[in-house]
Amino acid sequence: MNKNEMRDVELIIGKILRIGVVVSAIVIVLGMILYLVNGGSGYADGQWPKRFGLMFQGIVQGKSYAVIMLGIFLLILTPVLRVVVSIYAFMVEKDRLYVYITTAVLVILIFAMVFGYNA
Amino acid sequence: MDTSMLLIIVIGLAAGCLGAILGIGGGMIITPILTVMMGLDIKYAIGASIISVIAMSSGATIAYLKDDMLNLRVAMFLEIATTVGAIMGALLVGLFSSTFLYILFGFFLLYSTYNMIRKLMSKKGESVYTEQDTTVKKLRLADSYYDKSEKKKIDYSMKNIPGGFVMMWAAGLASGLLGIGSGAFKVIAMDTIMKMPLKPSSATSNLMMGVTAAASATVYFFNGSIRPDIAGPLAIGVLVGATVGARLMQVLKPRLIRMIFVPIIFLMGLQMVLKGFGVSF
Repeated sequence: MNKNEMRDVELIIGKILRIGVVVSAIVIVLGMILYLVNGGSGYADGQWPKRFGLMFQGIVQGKSYAVIMLGIFLLILTPVLRVVVSIYAFMVEKDRLYVYITTAVLVILIFAMVFGYNA
Repeated sequence: MDTSMLLIIVIGLAAGCLGAILGIGGGMIITPILTVMMGLDIKYAIGASIISVIAMSSGATIAYLKDDMLNLRVAMFLEIATTVGAIMGALLVGLFSSTFLYILFGFFLLYSTYNMIRKLMSKKGESVYTEQDTTVKKLRLADSYYDKSEKKKIDYSMKNIPGGFVMMWAAGLASGLLGIGSGAFKVIAMDTIMKMPLKPSSATSNLMMGVTAAASATVYFFNGSIRPDIAGPLAIGVLVGATVGARLMQVLKPRLIRMIFVPIIFLMGLQMVLKGFGVSF
């Protein structure tokens, strides 16, 4: 792989990351606009969806807090996306050692996230 | 949430910008503002600040399509230490007295303040370490970055990798046990212990913090510590602030960044020591 192709790969990765972050930001902003338009959260005071089922149910019903929570969850996933594309970048570079190291980071991260869901 | 929403966005803008320049998450700044100034429960303040750390990290990431400032190998290698430390910390909560930990980490920050002031005073200025030992060679950690303020490409290396690794593990442990982002510890590990230049240290810390925070954020998300009306607008403010801060950092002189960093870690150290002795603010 020559320098130009390497640069192309880096640019594609940059664009993927940008799309991920921008999408999560748009969802949060949409939720905030929905709150202002609806004049409320769609939930009782001090309540908001904390589980996936309730969150998606709320989104279908157009509840603003459910939409914001989805955006926040997507934002939490952006560093995971960062690690995944880094594995790909090291694969392209044929840097096997760092494919392993970065995969280890991803595994630990997923372990921690699953732990967080079940805690 | 209408008026406070705007206020939170503004707080986020400022914290995101500063955080992206220094490589710190800003939790130690955001948490007191939310609790003391806005009267928010500490539980929701910590949840919101974890989300803002992720927003800071991701916002800084997308400032450029191609990020030549951070060192991806150093980030991923040290991330193993940090995430393992964070998980151990989360599991060990209760076994250690948080009083002792606050005082220990607080004094460490004060000691680092002294070290950094000495570095600022030294006549050598921001010297770059370039020798490569076997660990650095084996792990291919040496790299270069383009310094816009000095208008030249700077090749750098580092040393004391095991020391940095242990420090990163301790930083992870602190974040798991005390619920702090520990960006300052990461910057100190790379800059002071491993002798990496300050700009790549800050940029690499930015990336690492997002990954570490994502690991603990799911706990907060599902246990109900993340309030959409607080974390949502804060995330938006921080995202925008961080993209600005990451651009700003590139053109600032390293010496100036250090001069901003010193009083901040001094205050953070003081805050932690006082917290250990039961004084919170």
